[in-house]
Amino acid sequence: MPGFDLQLLLHGQYHEWLVAGLRVSLELFALTIACALPLAVVVALLRLSPWRALQGLGATYVEVVRNVPLIAHLLFWYFGAPELLPDAVKQKLYAGNYEFIAAAIGLTLYAAAFMAENIRSGIRAIPAVQFEAARALGLGFLPAMRRVVLPQALRVTVPPLLSQTVILWNDTSIATVIGVAELMYQAARVESAAFRSAEAFGFVTACYLAGSLALTAIAAWIHRRWPVRTL
Amino acid sequence: MIDLIQTYWVYFLIGQYPQGPLGGVAVTVLLAALALLLAMPMGLLLGLARVSSIAALRRPVTALVYLVRGIPLLLMVFWIYFYLPTVTGHKTDQFSTMLIALVVFDSVYLGEIVRAGIQGVPRGQYEAARALGLGHAGAMRRVILPQALRSMLPSLVNQFVSTIKATSLGYIIGLTEASFIATQVNSQVFIHPTAVYLLLSLMYFILCFGLSRVAYAIEKRQARRALPRPARSPGSPTANANAGSNA
Amino acid sequence: MIQFSKVNKWYGDYHALVDIDETIAKGEVVVVCGPSGSGKSTLIRTINRLEPIESGTITIEGGDIHRRGVDLNRLRSRIGFVFQQFNLFPHLTVLQNCTLAPIEVGGARPAQAHQKALALLDRVGLAHKADAWPSELSGGQQQRVAIARALAMEPPLMLFDEPTSALDPEMVGEVLLVMQGLVRDGMTLVVVTHEMGFARDVAHRVLFMDQGRILERAEPHEFFNHPQHPRAQQFLADIRTPFARTA
Repeated sequence: MPGFDLQLLLHGQYHEWLVAGLRVSLELFALTIACALPLAVVVALLRLSPWRALQGLGATYVEVVRNVPLIAHLLFWYFGAPELLPDAVKQKLYAGNYEFIAAAIGLTLYAAAFMAENIRSGIRAIPAVQFEAARALGLGFLPAMRRVVLPQALRVTVPPLLSQTVILWNDTSIATVIGVAELMYQAARVESAAFRSAEAFGFVTACYLAGSLALTAIAAWIHRRWPVRTL
Repeated sequence: MIDLIQTYWVYFLIGQYPQGPLGGVAVTVLLAALALLLAMPMGLLLGLARVSSIAALRRPVTALVYLVRGIPLLLMVFWIYFYLPTVTGHKTDQFSTMLIALVVFDSVYLGEIVRAGIQGVPRGQYEAARALGLGHAGAMRRVILPQALRSMLPSLVNQFVSTIKATSLGYIIGLTEASFIATQVNSQVFIHPTAVYLLLSLMYFILCFGLSRVAYAIEKRQARRALPRPARSPGSPTANANAGSNA
Repeated sequence: MIQFSKVNKWYGDYHALVDIDETIAKGEVVVVCGPSGSGKSTLIRTINRLEPIESGTITIEGGDIHRRGVDLNRLRSRIGFVFQQFNLFPHLTVLQNCTLAPIEVGGARPAQAHQKALALLDRVGLAHKADAWPSELSGGQQQRVAIARALAMEPPLMLFDEPTSALDPEMVGEVLLVMQGLVRDGMTLVVVTHEMGFARDVAHRVLFMDQGRILERAEPHEFFNHPQHPRAQQFLADIRTPFARTA
């Protein structure tokens, strides 16, 4: 078995492939987080609203998205969805960088479903009497949420949300299945070109671990700095 | 879409069996069930190690948990599929690869579920068992674990759901599970990709949603049979040491 | 029977027990009372080593309970402990709660343990609930089962940590009645409680604690009618007329 060639990772063509892959992974991650969080808040509020129809909408979204694996989502958005569009649009999509967009859409919808549940659990963890007390003072629904419930819910919600973010960072690896040139894609490419699996996968492992541990450390710091205060 | 289902439903459910290897939904469910079953004893041990007071047990296991949870499952699959053969000299076939990867992942996640289950049993239960003269092992075996395992049941079912979804990664290395079969059907039929992938999603949905409903029902039933809390809020000795006037 | 000798305990920087010196004779009924945070629960929990101590010695029947080689589980099986939160095992029936220790720790045969447990449950007035689940019982009933459970190993010493503080008022009496029965049988009891009626009518001695120290020890009659220590006087005044406090 050939020895571990560190030089491979630091210079040369394979190094560039891997670094390019890292950049794409980070871009995909950043874009997804930026879109998924607001969507998650909306869905959470839908499920918590007092109107049955809105609750049903939110619940349906969450259950449908959560119970289908991410690969199936990505396959659908990349192969299935464009078929519903007129031919001209479809050609343009595939000619451009559509796999990245499809991955972003799929990942956003998937991550948002889980994050919405984290947010909803966080809000429900605050005793209902807090909301009642705020309303009894005369605050409306939204101000009561904004000034009393959400600030408390935020502290409870942040650790599971950050945990979900780690999962999302790891899930960007699935985008390789529709051809997005992120870390896994490039690692497989290096492996088949140079048969250097240990170096390629070692690099990728280090990248994912660094991201995950960094996010976990941030979560621990936040939990120490702004602990949950209950009665 | 109807004739699509009519033509391919057997292929989708069990692959080319018996004229070929087992495939489709059957492989998905079989792989997931096998992985979870194999992971359970390991998960129990890891969970116990995580709550142990012996640092030599607790620390390496904690490190392992952070490692496994910090990398994508797909990466682990790639290590086993591409790198392991260079060490062992044999090619790891797709099913074994997925099985090993899933068992490792499930062991860690089950370990966390066991840990949460044990930590969810009120401390008073452990103290009462020790006060009666049961040793640590006896207290765990007769008092803590029976309660912990019962409360873990919904999480166990949810982990089964996660594992079923994770089997879809086998697609990437060519395992003939459900997503792979669906793509094969798509390449043969070619003109109905939307229908094919919607049906694939529907299959997963029925399977996973059904199971998560079972988990929900179990949770509801357990909540009804739970021990009611005593009348007033407790003052533990440590709490009383710092708190102001109480009773 | 129990001897505390210069016992000190800290929770971090908080001095929970300060230079405790006390002797409790065999067959004595001692009530420990005092304001919240005075260390009374902590004191009683050091007797069966549910709480460790930092300095001093505690001896029971002449033996230092912290010496090396002491069988902790055997020690605890010789001391009955009743918790404020009852801590019955919800996954076992009432009868099984009472037979667990005799079988697991005492090595008794199941049939024997059964019989004895039923006799004990009869003594606390709950033989008819032997096959019920703890969750089906009221708080007072659960606490009485907890007493039966503690008695199952026939300990010469019983410790009670605020046994009625978590009960609704109408159930306090049934538990105190059972405890009174134990006194008639000549058992050694140490009871932490706010129930002054029990202290006055049943106890041989009252220990008053505040801020980790035993400030006064007297017979109930003396203590309730002529308290010596100013803190004890204030405590009793607060209990009797809670709204008449000045300054």
